[in-house]
Amino acid sequence: MLPRAVKNALGRHAMLLIGLFIVLGMSLAALLAPAIAPYNPDALHLNHILEPPSSRFWLGTDRLGRDVFSRLLYGGRVSLWVGFVAVGISISIGTTLGLISGYFRRWVDETIMRIVDIMLCFPSFFLILAVIAFLEPDLINIMIVIGLTSWMGVTRLVRAETLSLREREFVDAARLAGSSTGKILFCHILPNALAPVLITATLGVAGAILVESSLSFLGLGVQPPTASWGNMLMEGKAVIENAPWLSVYPGLAILITVLGYNLLGESLRDIFDPRLRR
Amino acid sequence: MPPLPSHARRHGRLTAIAANVARKTLWMLLVLWGITLISFWVIHLAPGSPTDMETTLNPLAGEAARQRLEALYGLDRPLHVQYADWLMRLLHFDFGNSMSADSRPVLTKIMERLPLTVGMNVTAMVLTLLIAIPVGIVSACRRNSLLDRSVTVLVFLGFAMPSFWLALLLMMLFGIELQWLPISGLTSMHYDQMSLWGKFCDLARHLTLPILVYTVGGLAGMSRYMRACMLEVLQQDYILTARAKGLDEKNIIWRHALRNALLPVITLLGLSVPGLIGGSVIIESIFALPGLGQLFYAAVMARDYTMIMGNLVLGAVLTLFGNLLADICYGLADPRIRSAKDDA
Repeated sequence: MLPRAVKNALGRHAMLLIGLFIVLGMSLAALLAPAIAPYNPDALHLNHILEPPSSRFWLGTDRLGRDVFSRLLYGGRVSLWVGFVAVGISISIGTTLGLISGYFRRWVDETIMRIVDIMLCFPSFFLILAVIAFLEPDLINIMIVIGLTSWMGVTRLVRAETLSLREREFVDAARLAGSSTGKILFCHILPNALAPVLITATLGVAGAILVESSLSFLGLGVQPPTASWGNMLMEGKAVIENAPWLSVYPGLAILITVLGYNLLGESLRDIFDPRLRR
Repeated sequence: MPPLPSHARRHGRLTAIAANVARKTLWMLLVLWGITLISFWVIHLAPGSPTDMETTLNPLAGEAARQRLEALYGLDRPLHVQYADWLMRLLHFDFGNSMSADSRPVLTKIMERLPLTVGMNVTAMVLTLLIAIPVGIVSACRRNSLLDRSVTVLVFLGFAMPSFWLALLLMMLFGIELQWLPISGLTSMHYDQMSLWGKFCDLARHLTLPILVYTVGGLAGMSRYMRACMLEVLQQDYILTARAKGLDEKNIIWRHALRNALLPVITLLGLSVPGLIGGSVIIESIFALPGLGQLFYAAVMARDYTMIMGNLVLGAVLTLFGNLLADICYGLADPRIRSAKDDA
């Protein structure tokens, strides 16, 4: 039996713990993929094409006889990479614009907020599709485009925080002490607005992973033979009647990963930002 | 100020809503212009051209053929001239002709596809609301009950579920394993020989799985949001007053709380339009349905500029229209909304 205090803490933070466990587990699996994977993800086992899961190929093999488990591990690297870089881009843009908007107010604020309104009305998945198809789908382009089309929420959030923080005494003090505007924005205001930004970033990783896998599923994301969960599902769909395992495990990997980031983000929000609690 | 007679108040409210709508419409036109500006330049400056399909990839066509084709599509002119020309035509609702081999008007091609996509989305939206509203209410009223907790778990799963994977799973279960429903296309092979009722049933069978996927996609967000709004409303003073008056719980929830909790949900409906449009590309491609999403996908692949722009404009118009509709409903449902309130 666990002591009651530990039990209570576990109960209260169950969401956080599960989320953390999934996120850490998936990250580790992706980072250590070369060590864990039983086979080279691109190695063809031509005698073992479309084999169902077995003790030799844990999650079966695909149409070219590649080991699904190994490919899943390497696909995880793609998802993680896209998630983090895309969110890095969108957070950088969103934070900068939000700080500027909230701090300078007037026409600067007005202009930036109107741009945000316009971007929010964009059928953004359409635009992402169009741009990716034109630019040759590769990992870098995907990350940039996802980042460039997902910064609006962060901007609004940071702007709101900045609007209230800029009136506080410590900002006046910094101004009196002769700090430059850049220093006030990034060294004094930003750290105080960091909690909601990090929470949004966590949820953003989940969103970016979903968009990347959708693009790859449509054939416009990560290009074969490089494994990604989306393009594994695309390849699996062609043989869905004979080899259902190809259509199950990559999807499960996406579901669990996205779930992990969402759980982590939502529970962090509950803990750090009671105002946003729903 | 003495209270106005009710018909005058009503009149005042409608005027306020009308003024608000007029102002919003003006703003929407500006947004629409901004969207066309950004997308036109992004798409035209990106590498590749609509002529690639017929020239660069065709060994029989030379440089001269490419130039002739470019002149035909007007692509040899400076970009700002092309944009001005395109915008002028748009003002007359002329989206130009498709830059593909069939050269048919963009608007005609879009209109052929629109009913299917809109029909599926509207059906799914109605289903979503029919399920999500009661679920949200019950979860909120029995907060932390077993039911609420199970709904929360399902909601998190729903948020994390990629729509295309759900589609694949449903295809495997209902299409392949149970053989209940067809897994692709809009109609069966001998559709033309069916009776009217038979045609209807055939369509319904083909559309069941896609609509189910759309519905599940919207369900998680909507029920979670409904629950949150309901929780917020239930903490308000007027609910306490209603309880103090001795109203029964049913009355309080369905008449007093629900009305106010529904308001933000209306806004969410307006905001969900871009997501639905994007989702249709994926869902229509999985189920091989000839809708707008598939048309757009094909246009992107062929770099059919006019077609892509037509779709983007239409998508933006639908989004803006959704927002406007939400605004109007909001105005009608909430007497506190006045045109001045937005400016605050």
